Amino acid sequence: MNFDIGDGVDSAVNYILDNFGPLLDFIAATIGLVTNSIQDALLAIPMPVGLAVFVALSLWRVGPGFAVFTGLSLWLVEHMQLWPAMMETLSLVIASTIIAMVIGLPLGIAMARSDRVAAAVRPVLDLMQTMPAFVYLIPAAMFFGLGAVPGTIATVIFSMPPVVRLTNLGIRQVHVEFIEAGNAFGCTASQLLFKVQLPNAMPSIMAGINQTIMLSLSMVVIASMIGAGGIGNTVLTGIQRLDVGTGFEGGIAVVILAVILDRITQSLGRKRAGIWRVLFQKTARQETAEAAA
Amino acid sequence: MVFATENDLSAQPTSTKISIKNVYKVFGERPQKALDLLSQGKTKSDILAATGCSIGVNNASFDIKAGEIFVIMGLSGSGKSTLLRLLNRLIEPTSGSIEIDGRDITRMPRRELIELRRRDISMVFQSFALLPNRNVLNNVAFGLEVAGIGESARKEKALAALKAVGLDGYSESRPDQLSGGMKQRVGLARALASEPTILLMDEAFSALDPLIRTEMQDELVRLQAEHSRTIVFVSHDLDEAMRIGDRICIMQNGHVVQVGTPDEIVLNPANDYVRSFFRNVDVSRVFRAGDIARKTQVTLIERQGMSAAAALERMKNFDREFAIIVGRDKAYHGIVSQTSLVEKVRAKAADPYRNAFLPEVEPILASEPLSNVLGKVAGSSWPVPVVDDENRYVGSISKSALLETLDRAS
Repeated sequence: MNFDIGDGVDSAVNYILDNFGPLLDFIAATIGLVTNSIQDALLAIPMPVGLAVFVALSLWRVGPGFAVFTGLSLWLVEHMQLWPAMMETLSLVIASTIIAMVIGLPLGIAMARSDRVAAAVRPVLDLMQTMPAFVYLIPAAMFFGLGAVPGTIATVIFSMPPVVRLTNLGIRQVHVEFIEAGNAFGCTASQLLFKVQLPNAMPSIMAGINQTIMLSLSMVVIASMIGAGGIGNTVLTGIQRLDVGTGFEGGIAVVILAVILDRITQSLGRKRAGIWRVLFQKTARQETAEAAA
Repeated sequence: MVFATENDLSAQPTSTKISIKNVYKVFGERPQKALDLLSQGKTKSDILAATGCSIGVNNASFDIKAGEIFVIMGLSGSGKSTLLRLLNRLIEPTSGSIEIDGRDITRMPRRELIELRRRDISMVFQSFALLPNRNVLNNVAFGLEVAGIGESARKEKALAALKAVGLDGYSESRPDQLSGGMKQRVGLARALASEPTILLMDEAFSALDPLIRTEMQDELVRLQAEHSRTIVFVSHDLDEAMRIGDRICIMQNGHVVQVGTPDEIVLNPANDYVRSFFRNVDVSRVFRAGDIARKTQVTLIERQGMSAAAALERMKNFDREFAIIVGRDKAYHGIVSQTSLVEKVRAKAADPYRNAFLPEVEPILASEPLSNVLGKVAGSSWPVPVVDDENRYVGSISKSALLETLDRAS
């Protein structure tokens, strides 16, 4: 017996295309506005200023050693002529992460507050994560054509699960005595959420956001197949022409961006390093050593 | 200072603050079925097997008076923490009524309940439950903040509460920078900041080491003396219960087994479970000198013209070596022994009683805890007389009586 699921999916896509045109246009316009304005803003920044901002962020959030790495690696990207492509990729990552957070945080909160919502959402998240990433490209391209908008949408679908899961997990793991304390002192449901649950779930939520950023970076490269642009194009060109050198250059640039984003966003979950400590070149490890001595 | 000066009229020791009637708490999916089985006299384990429900609190009924420290005691799993949480409905009761100031809180709508928690009831937790993302001041001000009190007013109240627990100067510290005892002082300050009439304390001092625990108990009693609140204190430690409790409620398997003053419970335990609690208790802290003083010694009333020979005769008749001399108003005068009395009679002393008084006998006050007088009794060669506040003779404590009392504890 044959089930023709593929046909069913095809006709569903066609049905949506025929009947929800205005809605699709609205979504496309909204996402396009977010993506394009971020992209325009990033591309308008001159390279030296952009590089300086990254180095300063690395110094502030991570430490002097990492700031040196950031400076050198971005200088390398510039000399591979990949700076504009990298900014395009970065803008796609930022746009899709923002959208993933706007949808994912409330969804994670809803999951944490209701076992039923959690039970309903969990299989969908599993599906989103395990489905081969290329599969999202097809409906995204069909609904929204080619370009940055379908690329962003496919990226959001692929990268959203971690922020949802870890928001849910983080809130559920808040110690029961904190919840009791909140309730005992007369919190309403929303006060409990904003004053007790979310602040205490922050490390977990930040880890989720970090994972979402990493996943969206990997998806943005794949999304170049439907014209999302950015470093993905370089990699794609390398594949199409069997040009190992070009492909490798693109790959290096992606890795550099990934490392920088990872280290900086990871540090957001921790306490701020403190600008004074950075200026005096004193790391936390040195301080512990001094205290021990 | 708000805490010291405010005179709360509801804190009359006689009026009922919290009244608990036939309260049940069943955990699980089918509470009604479990209650039915319970009324048929089924045991906890039968009900668990039949319905998957466990009985947390089983038909609890008692009153808590305004201004008293009411200790709920029991082993872990006895339902004491559950019972405490029913009082502010952190746990919803399955049936029964809980009245606070005459209002049944079990039927209270959610909004009123939140009001009640903000205004009247606050809570101190075993593991402190200080929010790690807030500094000490903002932790203390937490209850005021959620109640919507303005920033300057709540800061002022929070600082006053911190001062009351002796932590002024720590308002900018983070909770993880404080020791356990200090953390619980912050927890106490947070509970006091909203000036509640009821304080629920869940094993509040159990996580602290013994010295700090005693210090915190004293602190609580001191705060209670400054401004009396109704305190419901959950503990598994009888020593603690005896030290701070005006009355104690003992729970076993969800049942309230006994409610009474510390003395009542020690002198008259309801069953072996209750008795088992103070097998390890230091009885000398529980009892006062007056509790074990016995009038087994011969007492002689001193009056004009009483012959020493008659007194000696009585002592011999009762086979007693010592006699206590009291006045007509029962006032304690002194203690004599046969030997000292015979000596004075032979020497034809003018006033044989007075001169025969044994030296270095200081009577003990009846209100003195037994632990304070152990040395005095043990070091004395004769029974030590005990007097009340007005110097009236209450009885005496012999070494053998003392040993017997201490032995009961072990």
